[in-house]
Parts: sequence; C-alpha cells; structure tokens
Amino acid sequence: MSKLSAGEMAKKAVKKPSAIGPDIDLNAYSAEVKEHGKIQRLKELSGEVKEKAISVGVDAEEACRSGSFFQMDHSVILSSAYQKGIEVMSSTEALKKYDWLSDYWWKAVNVDADKYTAQAELKQNHGYFLRTLPRAKVEFPLQACLYMTRDGLAQNVHNIIIAEEGSELHIITGCTTAPKVRTGLHIGVSEFYVKKNAMVTFTMIHNWAEDVEVRPRTGTIVEDNSIFLSNYVCMKPVKTLQMYPTAYCVGEGATVRFNTILFAREGSNMDVGSRVFLRARGSRAELVSRAITGGGDIVTRGHLIGEVPGIKAHLECRGLILSEKGRIHAIPELEGKVNNVDMSHEAAVGKIAEEEIQYLMARGLSSEEATSAIIRGFLDVEIKGIPEHLKREIRKAVSMGEERLM
Amino acid sequence: MIEIKNLTVSIEDKRVLNDVNLYIAQGETIVLLGPNGSGKTSLLNTIIGIPEYRVESGRILFSGKDIIGLTIDERARLGIGIAFQRPPAVRGVKLKDMLRICMEKRGDFDEEKINEFAQKLNLLSCLDRDINLGFSGGEIKRSELLQLLAQNPGFIMLDEPDSGVDLVNINLVGRVINELLEKEKMASKRTKAGLIITHAGYILDYVNADRGCIMVNGTVICSGNPRDLLEDIRTKGYEGCVRCLN
Repeated sequence: MSKLSAGEMAKKAVKKPSAIGPDIDLNAYSAEVKEHGKIQRLKELSGEVKEKAISVGVDAEEACRSGSFFQMDHSVILSSAYQKGIEVMSSTEALKKYDWLSDYWWKAVNVDADKYTAQAELKQNHGYFLRTLPRAKVEFPLQACLYMTRDGLAQNVHNIIIAEEGSELHIITGCTTAPKVRTGLHIGVSEFYVKKNAMVTFTMIHNWAEDVEVRPRTGTIVEDNSIFLSNYVCMKPVKTLQMYPTAYCVGEGATVRFNTILFAREGSNMDVGSRVFLRARGSRAELVSRAITGGGDIVTRGHLIGEVPGIKAHLECRGLILSEKGRIHAIPELEGKVNNVDMSHEAAVGKIAEEEIQYLMARGLSSEEATSAIIRGFLDVEIKGIPEHLKREIRKAVSMGEERLM
Repeated sequence: MIEIKNLTVSIEDKRVLNDVNLYIAQGETIVLLGPNGSGKTSLLNTIIGIPEYRVESGRILFSGKDIIGLTIDERARLGIGIAFQRPPAVRGVKLKDMLRICMEKRGDFDEEKINEFAQKLNLLSCLDRDINLGFSGGEIKRSELLQLLAQNPGFIMLDEPDSGVDLVNINLVGRVINELLEKEKMASKRTKAGLIITHAGYILDYVNADRGCIMVNGTVICSGNPRDLLEDIRTKGYEGCVRCLN
C-alpha cells in the first residue's frame, strides 16, 4: 500500500478536535480577503499598522534587524534579508525553489495532529521560511510579523525555520491584529530544524484582540550540541489560545529552554504548555512559565520525557491569581523512561502573600506600589542567551501588559 | 521621639500586648529583653503598623503625633524603620531594587551609595539576588541593616539583629547599628532613637544601650541598666524577674 500524501492525511483529520483546549468551529471563519500590495521596507507601513507591529516587537526602522518578513492577512507584503548567509521568503515560495524542502515539511509536526494542522495543510496562506546557511551567524535578529486586518478572517500559516550546521539565528515574531479587528482565527504551524552545533533563539510576542482564537502548532528538532531557546509572551486579551510546542532533543548535548509569560484577563482562555523529548545522551531541557490571571482561565502545562540515561531536565511553573474570578491550573509532568535521568519540577500557584506587600510597605512603598513591584518581579524571568535588544522587547511587551494589570 | 501609652493589642482573639507603656527619647537606645512569646516582636510589628495587630486601646505617639490609623508606608515615610527578624523572600525583587525603593522614598537615590553601603555590610555579591531568597541567616540580618542604611529612618527598630550572625560579622553588624544610631555623636547631638530586641544580649558587647526593658506576658514589667538586667536574667532566669515583682 502506498504512503498517503500530506494532503490526504490532512483530509482525514479535518474533523479531528485537538486533544486539549476548547474546540473551534472552523466554518465560522472566512477564507476570503483582498490581496495587499508589496512594500520595499517596513517604514512604508501606515502609522496604525506600524504602531501595532511595534507593540509585538517589530522594529519598523529595521535598523537592528538582519531581515524582515511581513504577512498581512494572506499576502506576504515584504520578505527581505539584509545580511549574507540568511534566507527570508514565504514558505510557499521556498517550496517552489527548493525540492529538498519536502524533507522538512510536516516532519516536526504531524499534519494529521488535529483539524488545525489539517487546515494549515489544506488551506495554507503562506507563512515564512527562514534559514541560516552553514556557519552563518546573524548580527541582528530576523523579524517576522503576522498581521490580520479583517474581522472574522482565518489566517493559516506554515513556517519553516532551518539553522544549518554551526549557524546562529535569532528570531523575533510578533502576531497581532488591526485595531478594529475583534474576531478571527490564527493557525500557525512552525517547524524548526536546529542542525549540529547551531543555535536558534525564538521570541514570540502575541497581541491579539478579545475575540480572536489562536492555535499555534510547533515542533522543533534539535541535533548534536545545538541550542533552541524559545520565549513566548502573551499579555493581551485573546478569546482562546491553545498551544503545546514540542521539542525533540535528538542529538547528543542538545539543549532546549522554553520561557512562557502569560496574563489572562476576564474572558481570556489560555491553555499553554511546552514539552521536550530528551532522546539523546547529555541533552538538557528547562521549562519556565509565569502565569497571571486577572479574571481569565489559564492552564499551564509542562511535560518532560527522559528517554535515555544521562539527561537533565527541570520544569518551573508559577502562577499568580489577582482576581477572585481567575483560575490557574498548573499541570507539570515528568516522565522518566530509563534510570539515570535527572528530572525535577517545582510549581506554585497562589495570590500575592500579604507579608511580602507589608515588607515593601515598611520600606515606604504604598500598597499599590508594593503589589506592582511584586508583580514586576514575578514576571521578570531570567532570560539567558538572547541578545540584549531582544530582552528589551520582551520587557517592553511584558510592561505594556502590566499597565493593564495594575 | 516615641511614646507608647497603655497599649493593648490583639491578633484575632488572642491578646499579645497588655497595657504597654514605654518612652524612648531622641538620642536614646533601648534594648528589649524577654522570653519567647512575651510580646517583643508584637510590639515592633504594632509600631510599624502590621494590620493583623489590632490596637484595642492606648496610643502610639511619634514625634507627638498619634500614628495609630496610619498605614505601614505612612509610618515608614514619617521616619520609622524596622529590621525584621524573619523577613519574607520576594521573588524577582532584587536586594538592589529594595535599596533603590528605600532611597527613592526619601528622595535621594544614589547608585554609588548603594555599592558603598553594600560593601560596608559585605553584601556586594547579594545585590543582584532576589531579596532573602536563599540568603543565609547572617545575610538576612545584614541585608535588613543595609536597607535601613538606605532608608535612614529617625526611629530604628531591630528585631534580634544578632541572632544567626557569626562572630566575624557581629562586629560589622554592631558597627552599622552604631552608625544608624549616630553613636559617634555626643549623646545630646543625636537625632536618632533605637529599640533593639535581643535574645542573648550579644549585641550589647558592640552597641551601647542606654536602658533595658523586660517584657513578660505582653507587658513591660521592669526597666533599668541593660547589663544589670541581662546579668539578672542569666543568673535567675525570667522566672526570677517575675518573682522579683510579686
């Protein structure tokens, strides 16, 4: 019997709900939208678009970026690399250009995982292809922005990121909507391939609207002595967000770290986790999450699977409840399949300790100032290994959310 | 500087202070002695204004103003400072952040001063750590004093500054307490006042106290020369103090 194509497999999964998270009626969202014209540089964007893009870490001046990709609805309006050794283009264009890309297409994420991956295959609207050539190192991060301008639209993207051997790639991705947009569906498949001795840092900032539903589907293959660091920040409202990015340490000494920062206000439902399969000796993983609810529901998951001896992995998950209506459900999981694995976790969920507020007040801060200092401290996850200006973008995105918290 | 009159305090239904009277003049340092659970820490927590300590009756006058009813931060900004016995760890808030807070609230933030103070207390390596998280007992005591240096309050309360401090560092702790209390100045020129809880009295070898008070069962039962009081406690125990009064 011949093997099914990706399309055929997707067709079989079009009604398959996700294993977790609220189910979405995909027919409620439209696939129709006008094409947008191309631009040469991001500074040509309108003030309104620029402002929203900046809120998710986009550098509209592109002064400190090695390349930019901008997709508005279903149109890739800009894809440019400003440094040698880097490729930036739409993933559909890359598929036409490179025969070998099929070896990477649906290899880190299963096409039939659920109806969202199926939709990304059957109704794909581009997505980005980012690649560093062997031993190339980006001076500045590459930036990508996925932008939705039409109410009720479905945007289904498929991204492929490849860091060839010995290369170093820093990416910042911002996803957001035009100010007038209230509803929409964003499905984002991302497949990362971090080859031997390579490093990828991926910082993703989301700023959706109140009634947007979001289903990222991410898989990462991490080879020998390579590093994958992922930072995810969502401090703004969203109707439902469900994602469980998964990394596979397949090479000896592979290292993965996921940092996640979430704030859910009333009406937002977030189910966000990260998972790492440690399949090679000496591989390392660390999952760190900070979740705050101001009235919304958060499920924060973490899953570490140690499959070979000599691996080390840690999971840290903290939740802060600021509202009587909010709920945080932390689900940390450790799965050791052999002996000689070193795996641990710590999880804590609660409200701010009164004693801590009083302590800061005794140094002269008002109750409100003390509370905000503690929240700021709670969200201040130590982010190692990424360039300073990316840390600044993360701090900016977090502090913009904090303003709503106080 | 501070006057406590007929102060009775409860936590929930439990009375922790019972008709306490105490006066501390500007320039004066008092040590508070007493067995575990006698109300020493409760008195300090009531003065700083921790809400769980409900004042049933009495007054606390600071520079002539009744401070009952003021919040903790209002009291701090008036010039009341405290080194807690067991302060909480606050994740994400660095010791350096706390020092900045202390200084900004008194309106003269100075980065160089932070390093100077930290060096003085041998805490430079703790500045970028989350406050009290994983600190040793001695580091906690010194970090509390460091915050007081940055805060520079007029009335200084120290809850067991000598417990858990090793012999090398107790000298340092004593020096900084003397600096906080302006002990280098002539007694009549001092503008600060201090109230120090000590269990074993070690700190008295380094800090000169003007008076000692003994608390038993939530009440100040006796006052006098601090060294004499300590000697009495060492030889006769607190039971001896109680017997002496009956």
